[in-house]
Amino acid sequence: MAGTARARAGWRYRVNVTARAVAGTIGAYAVAALFAAAMARLLPMPRVEAIMPATLLAFLVGPAVTLWAFLARGPWRAWAGVVLLAALFAAIGWAAGAPT
Amino acid sequence: MSALREGARQVMAWLHGWTGLLLGWVLFVMCLAGTLSVFKPEIGQWMRPETRATADPADAVQAATDWLATNTRGSTGWYLTAPSARTNTVEAAYDSDGSFVYRALDPVRGAPAPRETLGGEFFYRLHFELELPYPWGRLLASIAAMAMLVALITGIIAHRRIFKDYFTFRPAKGQRSWLDGHNALGVLATPFHLMITFTGLVTLASLNMPWAISATYGKDLAAVYHDLAPGVAERARANVPVPLAPIAPMLREAQRRLGGTIGRVYVINPGDRAAVVTIFRSDADQIGFTPAEISFDGATGRPLRAWRENRGAIQTYNVVYGLHMARFASIATRWLYFLGGAMLTLAIATGLVLWIVKRRERAPLSLGNRVLERLNAGVLPGVPLGCAAYLLANRLLPLGLTGRAELEVSTALWAAAAAVAMGAALPPRWSWPLLTGATALACALAALIGLSISVMSVVLLAVAAALALLAAKQLRPPKRAPERRRRAA
Repeated sequence: MAGTARARAGWRYRVNVTARAVAGTIGAYAVAALFAAAMARLLPMPRVEAIMPATLLAFLVGPAVTLWAFLARGPWRAWAGVVLLAALFAAIGWAAGAPT
Repeated sequence: MSALREGARQVMAWLHGWTGLLLGWVLFVMCLAGTLSVFKPEIGQWMRPETRATADPADAVQAATDWLATNTRGSTGWYLTAPSARTNTVEAAYDSDGSFVYRALDPVRGAPAPRETLGGEFFYRLHFELELPYPWGRLLASIAAMAMLVALITGIIAHRRIFKDYFTFRPAKGQRSWLDGHNALGVLATPFHLMITFTGLVTLASLNMPWAISATYGKDLAAVYHDLAPGVAERARANVPVPLAPIAPMLREAQRRLGGTIGRVYVINPGDRAAVVTIFRSDADQIGFTPAEISFDGATGRPLRAWRENRGAIQTYNVVYGLHMARFASIATRWLYFLGGAMLTLAIATGLVLWIVKRRERAPLSLGNRVLERLNAGVLPGVPLGCAAYLLANRLLPLGLTGRAELEVSTALWAAAAAVAMGAALPPRWSWPLLTGATALACALAALIGLSISVMSVVLLAVAAALALLAAKQLRPPKRAPERRRRAA
């Protein structure tokens, strides 16, 4: 992003920025949402209490993923991180199952 | 911070600039309205100078429900806030004949205050609903708050010297001065900015982060509400008309059981056999929101269920929520909230100006940036102008006008819209001083008309003086750096 003027104008730069921007917004939100869902199911508390720390912490996970999306070395790594985290939290939430 | 790669710092600065630019104007409106909302009850008092009577909260709520019982038709609920040390009226939101209204009710007569106005409620709603229909306003506010959190974190990381910036201001040096000002405003109250942004996001969590709830409750929202506030009784409407039992004894009973003072009073299905009166303890004496509640059978006045919150996780959430609402705050803390909010508002405004100044000093502005420059010149002085016009309309519009409260709001919105149009039409060197001057004039007139001397009038006059000085300063031609401009071109 701190490239020369010529690099900035090029399509490679634009695709790079767009890919990271999508990963840092929609991707970051998806990771935060999956984190909230997984934590709410995982935490050993009554469900009405578990939703509180799960939701509060999700608001910190979101911006962290946004920063990762822009700091990672290359857009592929940025996306790989987002997809890995999303898959991890989805798996945890699925394994924990809905409380009965 | 110095260990951070220089490239990474530049990435953070880039991200800070773009998140700030994309949602800067929305955030400016939210922060200004939120800052004013700190004094929501006091603004309401100032806007209703004719309503001065005071009454015991229980008697005031009794008067309010008596008036509502005879003057509403087919209500599904009355949502009341009892008078407190900060306001003498009963705030009432209710539906009648299918339309939802908000009124401040006289504590003795129970009827709406003669100067019909939303009062501070306008700024409060604007803060998170942005005058847009549900849920779009709240969604936009949520997105803006998320961008704000990213802008704050990236702004902090992009920074080289946090401590030095407390003491750095180099005036009349163009871009340098704007950057120094932006940094000082952001850095001085950084913990407050982070707290208020995070807690603000949390207040809208049921809308913007509902996934913990859906993962554990599915679609059963009634169960969530029941578990969150077990003292609230829910009953389906019986469609058998039965008058509401006297409410003052219920309020006194609630106060005996819950301690503290009465906060909110909800009357669901009023005038029906299945009516429920739920009384919430006031949160004015503690940070946590909704500390305890009790429900009564509205037809008989018998208590149905009560709850005192003692679950750690829920209390944590209530404290985070309460920190944003600041209803616990004493007068000194309230002024600190106001100051912190004002600094955040100004940090956003200077950041938006900085975007243009920085680019103007390097090279002639591109077409896109010229549009942004004019939007800045319309929005940044125009939103305060709208707020001042709202207060002035409160003093000028005759009492007893139909739709008076709504007219005050339209005045605010039209004034702001006219300012944006003027910012687009005129060169910025004219629109800035004209709009800033108009805001100063509106503030001064609002303070002087009516001539009741209060803290609010004094504050308005001080704001008017500061804005008049600013407008005079903006009239002088700006110092340019011609040799740099030529080199860049």
